[in-house]
Formats: sequence, C-alpha cells, structure tokens
Amino acid sequence: MLGEFVGILLILALALLIAAGFLALHRVLSPKREFAEKQEPFECGEAQIASPHQRFSVKFYLVAMLFVLFDVEAMFFYPWGAIFRDLGGYGLAVMAVFTVPLVLGLIYEWKKGALEW
Amino acid sequence: MLEVVLKLLFIVLVVLAGMLPLITWVERKQSAVMQDRIGANRADLMGVTLLGLLHPMADVIKLFSKEDFVPAGANRILHLLAPVVAIVPAIITLAVIPYGGTYVFGASTLSLVVADVDWGILFVFAVGSIATYGAVMAGWSSNNNWSLLGSMRASAQMISYEVTMGLSIVGLFMVYETLQLPAMAAWQDDSFRLLGFVEHLGGVQLPAFLGWIRLPAWGIFLQPLGFVLFLTCIMAENKRPPFDAPEGESELVAGYHLEYSGMRFGLFYTAEFLEVPVIGCILTTLFFGGWAIPFLPQETIISFIGAGFGEGFATGVCLVLHVLSFLVKVALMIWLQMALRWTLPRFRYDQVMDLCWKVILPLSIANVFVTGAIILWVEAVIA
Repeated sequence: MLGEFVGILLILALALLIAAGFLALHRVLSPKREFAEKQEPFECGEAQIASPHQRFSVKFYLVAMLFVLFDVEAMFFYPWGAIFRDLGGYGLAVMAVFTVPLVLGLIYEWKKGALEW
Repeated sequence: MLEVVLKLLFIVLVVLAGMLPLITWVERKQSAVMQDRIGANRADLMGVTLLGLLHPMADVIKLFSKEDFVPAGANRILHLLAPVVAIVPAIITLAVIPYGGTYVFGASTLSLVVADVDWGILFVFAVGSIATYGAVMAGWSSNNNWSLLGSMRASAQMISYEVTMGLSIVGLFMVYETLQLPAMAAWQDDSFRLLGFVEHLGGVQLPAFLGWIRLPAWGIFLQPLGFVLFLTCIMAENKRPPFDAPEGESELVAGYHLEYSGMRFGLFYTAEFLEVPVIGCILTTLFFGGWAIPFLPQETIISFIGAGFGEGFATGVCLVLHVLSFLVKVALMIWLQMALRWTLPRFRYDQVMDLCWKVILPLSIANVFVTGAIILWVEAVIA
C-alpha cells in the first residue's frame, strides 16, 4: 500500500520542479527595469484610493459557511455510495433520514435569502 | 520503482509536452473556425507557418522574455507562490488517472496507472480544492482591488462548485461500487442490453431485434444526468468561459492574475490549459469507459489475436489499442470543452452561483435517491 504513495510523491516532486524551473528560467531570461510609476498597482490609470488590505464586507463568508456544511455532509455520501448495494433498502432509508435535515437546511437558507446575490 | 517512473513519464510527457501546446493551438484554431475567420497563422519561421502550429512556441518565447513584475506593496512571497500552487494540482491529478487496464505478461502484471489507490476519486477532489488557494493567494498578495475582487469571486465559485461536483457523481459510485479509478474503468469494459429491463415489466415480450440492441456499459448511459451536472461543475471549477467571472476582463480587467506578467502569468495560463486535458481524462474515466473499446472487452481482443499470434503478443496489442482508445476519447472530451467554451457567453456572477446552489445541488441530491431506488428495483426484479 505504501508503494502507491511513491508515484504520488514522484509526480509531486516533478510538478514542483517544473514550476520552479519555469520561474527560475524566467528570472534569468527576463529584463528587470523597475521604477516607481511602473510598480504602482494597476487601477485603470487612476491613483489607488482604497487599499485592498483593509477590512472589506464579504457576502462571501456565507458561501464559505455553506461550503463547510455541505461538503462535510457530502463526504458521508462517498463511502455510503460505494457499499450501497450491500446495505440495500436499509441503506437508502438511513440516507433519506440523513438527507432530510440537509434539504430542510437548504430550503431554510433559500427562503432566508442566503443564496441571493 | 523503474516501472512507476516510466508510467509517470509517459502520462506527464503525453499531456504536458504533447497535448498542452497542441491545446493552445486547438483553442485558437477551433475558435477561428467557429467564428468564421482565419485564425492563428501569423507566427512564422522564415515564411513557414505550419497552420499556426508555431504559435505555442512563440507564446513560450514571449512569456519568458517579459519582465518579472511585482507591484509595490505586494506580498512578495505569496505573489511568487501563487502560480506554483495553481499549477501543481493540475499536474499531480494525473497520478491517479488510469490510461490503460491491467495486463498479465506471464508471471508479471502491468497496471497502467501511476498510483492505484483505493481513494482515487477522493484524491482528484482533494487536489482540485488546493487549486482554489492559488487564485486566492494571487488576488490577496497583489495589492490591487481588481485582483482582490477576482479572487473573492474565484474562491466563492470554486468552493461552491466543489460541493456539487462531489455530490453529482455519488450515483456513479453506487453503480460502480468503488472509489478506485482503475476499477471504475475496468467495470465499464462491458456492454448491456438497452431494453433488457422491459422484459421484467409485467412479462412484456420484446421483439427479438430490439432485444439485440446493446450499449457499452459506460457511465454516461447509466448516469446521464450525473454527466451533465458533473461536466458543468468541473468546467466551473476550471474558471474557463462561460464560468470565467473571476477573471472577467470587461468587469475586473483580468481578475486575480491582473498583476502577473511573464512566466508567472504563464503558469496560471498553463494551469488553466492543463486542466482541460486533465478534465478530459477524468470525464473519460468516469463516464466514457476509460481505456475500454466499445463492444470489444479485453478478453475478446486477447483471445481473438492470441489464437494466431500467441498470448503475450496479443496482450501487447491490446495494451496499445487501449491506450490509443483512451487518447482518442480524451481528445473528444477536449473538443467538447472547447466547443462549449466558444458557444456560450459568460454567465453573470449571480447566475453562476444560482446555478450551483439552486439547480445543481437539488438535482444531484435527487439523482442519488433516484439512482438508489432504481438499483434496488433492478436487484429485486433480476435476483
């Protein structure tokens, strides 16, 4: 079993090598002419008035919470799916009991407007 | 050890050195054909354009010779790491893709997959979710408001579609009864009678010729809804059009990789293009029988050729045929993605999120239970 990880480690090493090699080669080949105006962040020709490194309101945190919720629930589906035929009707009933609160939660979020943009 | 290295080099070379440059050419050429214009014919080497095949080379030269630019106030370490984090997951997904079956040569067995792990499909999901960090790090480290907006969109879109991507193929696990990609491909090396179930509906007798119609036992025929949902999700994960709101150039200039130039940008670009054949490999393995040749199971090929030329030779021929069949299917999947990409306009961001949470998520949960009910019915009737 451990032998299977050799392939994954090798391909990980190869991938890192490719990425690092490209970046290193680029550093060698590319010109470097820096001056203050060029280093300014691009804002369509305007001077930057708001720094991105401050607090910003994210509606996106709701998505992150939904993600944690549903992804963890989804993880329970995978092993269940793989042995579904051994479980039979009992398995389907159990999964229905498991899924009803999940779907109720989704309906609640939907009605509350958490999914609106 | 040597075997693993050879298998790894084969798949990495075919995809990275073979398919990747070709895909940048196919993208330009196919879009040109679809939009009725002459595309990709400018790069020439002493007057020879080779149908635009020199464009990938020109791209590489240009990307390498541009200035390595880091904006003032950027977090230099994260700015440098982000493209690496974006491209590494795309490459290492190839480790679990079976590009051929399992072949027995005398005493030794050859299985054409770099890492035959029990949790193959989970590895694909796990590695795919790391790619989100690339976009988020790029946007956050650039000290640019457009980049930040792009990376926020990218993170929300990618994690949303990750949930539905996993749920949309649970039905497939129930059919194959495994999470192992090589086992899934081997399962599909078979065929089934399309109308066979009708005979169990209260003793209806089928005309004989209809009973003969067979389909390959591929995921797409067993889980058609699952295929549509999964294709949508995995294309949204890749952030290519029509799901490219995170880098929508008309709204966010270039989104999370706005402040990137030269090969640092090139790595994002490579990652995005590399995902196309990788997605093709995943789709082929899950839904199109992997390396299987329709209606010609491995035993049939080996016994047919083996009758005249011996078992070992027949197994070798079978191996070559299977790898070719896999590559042809991947090429078709790449074509499908390109055709979708140039057919559909970009979706608005709220449409993208609505599609995920309000359409795909309920449908994929329903798909799980409908599949379960059908499997139970089939087992009850036939057993």
